Amino acid sequence: MKIDIKNDNGAAIARLSGEIDHHNAKELRIEIDRFIVTAQPRELAIDLGGITFMDSSGIGLIMGRSKLMKECGGRLEVLNPQPYIRRVLRLAGIERIVKIR
Amino acid sequence: MEILNEIKFTMPSLSVNEGAARAVVSSFLIQADPTVEELSDIRTAVSEAVTNAVVHGYRHKKGNIELTVRLLPDRVIYIRVKDKGCGIENVEQAMEPLFTTAPEEERSGLGFSVMQSFMDKLKVKSAPDKGTTVTMRKRLSAHGD
Repeated sequence: MKIDIKNDNGAAIARLSGEIDHHNAKELRIEIDRFIVTAQPRELAIDLGGITFMDSSGIGLIMGRSKLMKECGGRLEVLNPQPYIRRVLRLAGIERIVKIR
Repeated sequence: MEILNEIKFTMPSLSVNEGAARAVVSSFLIQADPTVEELSDIRTAVSEAVTNAVVHGYRHKKGNIELTVRLLPDRVIYIRVKDKGCGIENVEQAMEPLFTTAPEEERSGLGFSVMQSFMDKLKVKSAPDKGTTVTMRKRLSAHGD
């Protein structure tokens, strides 16, 4: 599991790679939350392009970050999910809350 | 029913074993030549069931999780995830989408929905203090025959 966060003048992107499951979601959560709280970006895009596996733990991760971004006055979006991960996201109805591109 | 091949193993309820369970299941299923999508579906369902055992079944005390994977005739894959943890008081309620008893861990309450949606059949047997057994089946397409 790898995470690389870049902040470009308030529009940030967090590139994740590897697998998202319950075991490693906590670590991701801590790292992304620390960034949101300290950098206060207007927009945060979570790029799932490098994710090879995701179960419902990823849904919890995205919903939680979306909530935190809202509380901080910002907005979250999700980028590049593989077709199979898109199915997991769709099952949760997450596209009603978060924009997926 | 005739069992063409079977793998059965036991692992302690450590969260790192969620990934290990997926890896073992994937390796075993290669012989059945599933499509990428079928393999993803099964890996995800296994991950959900094992995570449930780790997070809920053995919430209070660690224990063992037994995972069985069978290759049955007609390209049917059988998966059983069994724990001897605290069990589920109300299985019907636990299976409702978005129901969770662990919101503090950001559990989305979608584990059973994922299993139901990605597999053909799902059965959950559970009783308080007796543990939980999840059995799932999925028939693979004729791809590779």
